[in-house]
Amino acid sequence: MSTKEKIGVYICHCGSNIAGMVDVEDVAKWSGEELADEGVIVARDYQFMCSSLGQELIEDDIKEKGLTRVVVGACSPHLHEATFRGACQRAGLNPFLCEMVSLREQVSWVLTDKKVATAKSKALVAGGVERVALHEPLEPLTVPIHPATLVVGGGIAGIQAALEIADSGHHVYLVERDPSIGGHMAQFDKTFPTLDCSACILTPKMVSAGNHPNITLLSWSEVEQVDGYVGNFTATIRKKARYIDEDLCTGCGVCIEKCPKKVIDNVFEAGLGYHKAVDRPFPQAVPKYPVIDKDNCIYFQRGKCRACEIFCPTKAIDFEQEDELIQVQVGNIILATGFDLFDSRRIPQYGYGRLANVFTSLEFERMCNAAGPTNGQVVLRDGVTQPKSVAIVHCVGSRDKNYNSYCSNICCMQSLKFAHLVKERTGAEVYNFYIDMRTIFKDYEEFYQKVLSEGVHFIRGRVAEITDAAREPGEEDKLIVQAEDTFIGKQRRIPVDMVVLSAGLEPRSDSKEVGHTFGISCSMNGWFTEKHPKLDPVATMTEGIFIAGACQGPKDIPASVAQGAAAAARVLGRINQGELALEPVRASVIEELCSGCRICNTLCPFNAISFDTVRKITEINAALCQGCGTCVAACPSEAITGTQFSNAQVLAQLDGLLMLDFSGKPVRQLHPELVPA
Amino acid sequence: MSAQSSASRASPSSFIDEVIAATPGSDPHLDLCVQCGTCGGSCPSGPDMEHTPRQLFAMINAGMKEDVLRSNTPWYCVSCYYCMVRCPQDVHITDIMYSLKRMAIKEGMFQESTAADAPDFSETFIDFVEQYGRSFELGLATRYHLKHHPLGAVKMAGFGLGMLLRGRMDLTPTKIEGIAQLKTILARAKELGADSSKNGGGQ
Amino acid sequence: MKYGYYPGCSLERNAIAYHRSAMAVADALDIEFVEVDDWNCCGATEYISIDALPAYALVARNLALASQQKQNGNGNQLVAPCSACYLNLQKTNHYMADSPELAQQVNTALQAGGLNYDPGSVRVRHLLDILTQDVGYDAVAEKVTKPLYNLRIAPYYGCLIVRPGFDDTYHNPEYPTCLDELMRKLGATVVDYPVKTHCCGGHMTQISEPVALDLIRRLLKNAADYQADAIVTLCPMCQLNLDGYQEAVNKHFGTNYQIPILYFTQLMGLAFGIKPKKLGFGKEFVDARPALAKIEAEPPKKPKKRKRPPKEALPMPNLTEGM
Repeated sequence: MSTKEKIGVYICHCGSNIAGMVDVEDVAKWSGEELADEGVIVARDYQFMCSSLGQELIEDDIKEKGLTRVVVGACSPHLHEATFRGACQRAGLNPFLCEMVSLREQVSWVLTDKKVATAKSKALVAGGVERVALHEPLEPLTVPIHPATLVVGGGIAGIQAALEIADSGHHVYLVERDPSIGGHMAQFDKTFPTLDCSACILTPKMVSAGNHPNITLLSWSEVEQVDGYVGNFTATIRKKARYIDEDLCTGCGVCIEKCPKKVIDNVFEAGLGYHKAVDRPFPQAVPKYPVIDKDNCIYFQRGKCRACEIFCPTKAIDFEQEDELIQVQVGNIILATGFDLFDSRRIPQYGYGRLANVFTSLEFERMCNAAGPTNGQVVLRDGVTQPKSVAIVHCVGSRDKNYNSYCSNICCMQSLKFAHLVKERTGAEVYNFYIDMRTIFKDYEEFYQKVLSEGVHFIRGRVAEITDAAREPGEEDKLIVQAEDTFIGKQRRIPVDMVVLSAGLEPRSDSKEVGHTFGISCSMNGWFTEKHPKLDPVATMTEGIFIAGACQGPKDIPASVAQGAAAAARVLGRINQGELALEPVRASVIEELCSGCRICNTLCPFNAISFDTVRKITEINAALCQGCGTCVAACPSEAITGTQFSNAQVLAQLDGLLMLDFSGKPVRQLHPELVPA
Repeated sequence: MSAQSSASRASPSSFIDEVIAATPGSDPHLDLCVQCGTCGGSCPSGPDMEHTPRQLFAMINAGMKEDVLRSNTPWYCVSCYYCMVRCPQDVHITDIMYSLKRMAIKEGMFQESTAADAPDFSETFIDFVEQYGRSFELGLATRYHLKHHPLGAVKMAGFGLGMLLRGRMDLTPTKIEGIAQLKTILARAKELGADSSKNGGGQ
Repeated sequence: MKYGYYPGCSLERNAIAYHRSAMAVADALDIEFVEVDDWNCCGATEYISIDALPAYALVARNLALASQQKQNGNGNQLVAPCSACYLNLQKTNHYMADSPELAQQVNTALQAGGLNYDPGSVRVRHLLDILTQDVGYDAVAEKVTKPLYNLRIAPYYGCLIVRPGFDDTYHNPEYPTCLDELMRKLGATVVDYPVKTHCCGGHMTQISEPVALDLIRRLLKNAADYQADAIVTLCPMCQLNLDGYQEAVNKHFGTNYQIPILYFTQLMGLAFGIKPKKLGFGKEFVDARPALAKIEAEPPKKPKKRKRPPKEALPMPNLTEGM
């Protein structure tokens, strides 16, 4: 016998999930017999090991047979490791002396030959048995949770999250990179499906966030660096120079009025309107303080003007102001950084940028907004002519492998809203071109019905091209929208005065860098990746970092608000716990062996590794380390080891795995040194 | 034959597989079509087709082999590749049109399409290429038009005369030196093609 | 600069003007084009409609000869001036590289004729790409001695050089601009030609003339709407359809278009000061002389002050910023 441990092996049928492909009884029997020398004193199979009765089997064996180690062959540790560790703990065994092997995800779900599946199961169990013998009892790490929270992004999702937490009595730092909070929602005029005025429902929340005693609002600011770990992050925030002293500014707006420089506003006005070189994006901006646009300010560019300074009644203009770096301590972070609009110029056949009367959805939102460049008038690019016919194009840059293959979620409803607004404000003929009408949430289909009844024309066919090249009489001086009307199977050319492109949503162009700053990952497209797409949509794989709103994937206002509130609830749960138990599965550096080569330093996906420049060795922050093992494998000096994945443990597991080949034949004697010659 | 009866007779999966197999190069993604109509909307000769490409793909999916191979659609394809570069599902539409032409010839169904003359134009063109290694416009025009559009040929004569007068058309074909080599290569390719499903038929 | 050259059947006769002007321009720019010895027809769009494997073998013979004759300069590059030839050569090259099965079958056929082709070993280029990318706009501009001032040009790319885009480094499949830029370098005024990559009808003139005539009409109408003096093209099929069938279009639709259809190399030659006769002028059905008579010695005067848009007008999006 190679071990003094008493090991129990438990094989789960998982109904027919495992038992349908693996001869579970044979695996249990084989383990009891063939692995007896390895310390296995009991091996059982059971229909649902995760059930109370299944867990009791393990608990009873620990108590009655004095088991010192447990191996469970079942689903995956991701799902049930906590369950079986709990069973061990209740029976008085240190939970880290339990090892799970995956007979479902790694065997029954991926193999089609029962014999091979059974042999592989045996090998995995043997690996688990060899490994668990070398496990050591561990105690969980606990970290205190700092009660303050950092919310990044002041759109509707971030505002919602910040208010929920602040209303519960905890402090929030709300960081927004633009001069005002409000996000995309502040640009809209009406919201679907109820046609509420966007500003009317948003501005009360903005005002609350701006005035809340528990919220420190840092607008015109960006997070540059995040150090620390769950419960104890330090965020370094760059507060960009506004050139306005916020303590003196009353927000009276005289500087804006007097500023002689007007430039196209490509952010808030989506290129459709102008702002002054000193301005705030919109009248209800929170905070009320304007920002001087250094690149366009006459004084900054040519050294003369200072009109704002001359007229400011409170001497709040400060051309000498510099960016400020501030540090805040927080326990948790919520990212609500939103989305970018797909750049319609990437589809040249739609003519955006070349044909004056092709507009993007955001331009059209601004046009409809009463406080926008046209005071809410729907007009052509000349600023005066009302269109008599308007085409609204769905799926621009979405559901298209040439651009983004995903559905952008909001465009069908947005396009219906546009159709309604055009009808309401101009009475023009409206043509909506769509592939599939997706109106799936509460009251959305009813909105579609309403728009249908307003006489909007719906053409099922993706727009092929938009051109000013007239072919037939009646097409002159019009934009011609060409598509197949798939219901009649004919190509149609619809001449219109105006086209609105419902451009899709894209991840922020810097989402990968932002993800790296906060130590979380992005999908291939660039959306932040949630911990579980169904069961944990606002957490991430990094403890203490949560996501909400469109930064996780395209979503509309109700869904963004729900996620903001959900992320806040997760954070509040953490804060109420006061401290958090962390997996003690961690890497550590054997200092004598570390050569200081720093190979591991950049590899850590959780930013847990730092370098002590004085002692010239690498250090691992146990609270940040997630135990992934990347550094252990990368270290050329074998100077990094980990609890639960030491070299000895991994090699022992390999020994077990290599016992059998896929036909179930023994290929290798375990511990050959122990076999009598 | 009505579309219905045709649909019920053919096994839907087999015809689409046949078309995919007959299309050379990488996966033509025919099974990914979502019926958005980008192809039908983009097609320059779409208004004159009996079925838009999108409709044809739905028919292929429904196993309506005879209706598909009788359609004039593939023959009206002008090979402009607009559909192919715009297709949001990366369906290799132009290549599939070529496959359908070859299959229609193999099954002899093109004769029932309104574009019944089109294959003969292609074949006449090929005849000259196979015989001389180069195309021969005068020969192609006279032989094809006299056979199919005797009245049109008179109209065409004016055009041909213009070409001749401007020195833009040869009176006799040019033959390449390696014509024997080319003939051997093409003969071998035809043999190989006849054994291969990827070739979509052949002679 | 030295390249292999595959003229294709059209340039032998129907598009002799293209061939002559290409050679004259190449001469002026110190480019050597070495014709592939004993090349054969590319099959146009016809062979692939009848039989796939022989169609690929037909094209592959040319690639094999080009690669064997190794006179193609740097990187074994083969230049095709005809868009259809260019497409067929590109397609065979790429599909053989993508599908080992196709490559093996094509090579079995080639071997019957004592040839072999290693897919991708020849790089296929279009003449326009050589002149705009390898030679470059500035080098072209330097050669200009007789600028084409005041000549309004509709730049017509047609389909097959930009689509399906085997070499998509050069062209936007919907709205390419390199021919526009090249024509500007010659001093010409280039109109924004929305149908610049639409179809000329290809072989539809033979299959269904009414369909083809309407496709041609659309191109002529749009050029006329934009007051173009000439349409400039880079493909013999496009040239033939727009030029040779212009009269038929006029008859069929009761129009009276008189728009000369010229090869881009002809206009380059003119601007380089080469004699029109050496550039194949006079072969066109629609006389180019009235259009060419519009060329002036002085550049058109720029309006002194840009007209300011009325103050209520909304700003236009910037077409290039941040792209």
